[in-house]
Amino acid sequence: MIAILDYEMGNLRSVSKSLEAVGGQCQITRDPAVVATAEKLVVPGVGAFRDCMGALKKFELLEPIRDFIASGRPYLGICLGMQILMETSEEGGSHEGLGIFPGKVVRFDPALKLKVPHMGWNDIEAKTKNKIFQGLPEKSFVYFVHSYYIAPKKKGLTAATTHYGVEFTSVLAKDNVYAVQFHPEKSQQVGLKLLQNFVELK
Amino acid sequence: MLTKRIIPCLDVKDGRVVKGTKFLNLRDAGDPVQVASEYERQGADEVTFLDITASSDQRNIILEVVEKTATQCFMPLTVGGGVRNIQDIRNLLNAGADKIAINTAAVHEPEFVAAAVAKFGSSTIVVAVDAKRALEGWEVFIHGGRTPTGHDTIEWCERMSQMGAGEILLTSMDRDGTKEGYDLNLLKQVSARITCPLVASGGVGNLEHIYDGLTTGRADAALAASIFHFGEFTVAEVKRFLGEKGVAVRLPTARLVEPVKV
Repeated sequence: MIAILDYEMGNLRSVSKSLEAVGGQCQITRDPAVVATAEKLVVPGVGAFRDCMGALKKFELLEPIRDFIASGRPYLGICLGMQILMETSEEGGSHEGLGIFPGKVVRFDPALKLKVPHMGWNDIEAKTKNKIFQGLPEKSFVYFVHSYYIAPKKKGLTAATTHYGVEFTSVLAKDNVYAVQFHPEKSQQVGLKLLQNFVELK
Repeated sequence: MLTKRIIPCLDVKDGRVVKGTKFLNLRDAGDPVQVASEYERQGADEVTFLDITASSDQRNIILEVVEKTATQCFMPLTVGGGVRNIQDIRNLLNAGADKIAINTAAVHEPEFVAAAVAKFGSSTIVVAVDAKRALEGWEVFIHGGRTPTGHDTIEWCERMSQMGAGEILLTSMDRDGTKEGYDLNLLKQVSARITCPLVASGGVGNLEHIYDGLTTGRADAALAASIFHFGEFTVAEVKRFLGEKGVAVRLPTARLVEPVKV
């Protein structure tokens, strides 16, 4: 069973529908006991970083997420579910994340004069071979909508990058932890394929 | 590279598409769920529903439409029309919408846009603006284009962008339905003044019009209704045309997954 974490930050229905469409069995939950026994954990998230961490704290989900990741079972973070893995975010001040990986969450530099949010379909460039990319075309387009992105300190974390004024990490993969800045649940065939790869991870 | 988006727009009234959809050749030609699915198959980057249901007690119908669409389509869905308060936004998001367009309510209470952005994030909030040529510049109209507001469109769009709107959906009332092409002058001027993406709307009659809106008009996305509904062009045809002219677009992908029915 795949637990989809419900902490009142985002559209869980589209995430669960898309996972189900590729054969996943999902349960939307905020019960630490369910998270503790789930085979896989998906953490979506739309909104502000601080609110997201605040909600996880309020529902006492910070430790269950940490424990889950430490257990070696597959984790998928989507958008904010990716960003919270970093140590800090500069969104609306400086806020602490889970600190699973060294690095921070930064905003697209205004000096680049980009339209922000980075909204729409952009391509991801794989930097490593990874099961999560299995069967994807070389130039795969996915749907992004975000104003901040992760800047990990360690090199080996970045599995794919995307260019928007800068080159940023759009897919992170480290052992059992996968995280994407885009929305696979809104990325039609490419997104479904990626989710299917996650569902089929052992 | 970020691609330009092509967005079919469906006007939905009492749960039915009202601009007609002859090309689908369906007996129930106005089912928005089926029409949205067809556009997804053609490679649409998003779909926008504008609810033009007049009576407020019929407004739950759009929630059902959104819910059904979100179950079948795996692409972004924007919904607008009659959004008045935070609860309206929450209901639509819970039904499966990704972005919510605010129009009249933004003019009545600009702070509502800021509050919505604070609550749901910039990425969720679109401000829809209906603009009509005035003696000088363009004036913002509300109530589906019936009521002038005295706001200058360019200034208004800039203000909404500063308030945190994640996107501006700009419709030229002078061009809407004319098939004469987007108001490029308007688009260009607004695009230069806002920091969020701009969606062009109103006036598309052929493929060149879309190309012009995305290049000369400097829009980030092109919204159109009747050229798609009446089967003049498919989304795939629009994208092939744009691609050949050097515009970055996402061409329809091969099927990678056969989704199971849930």
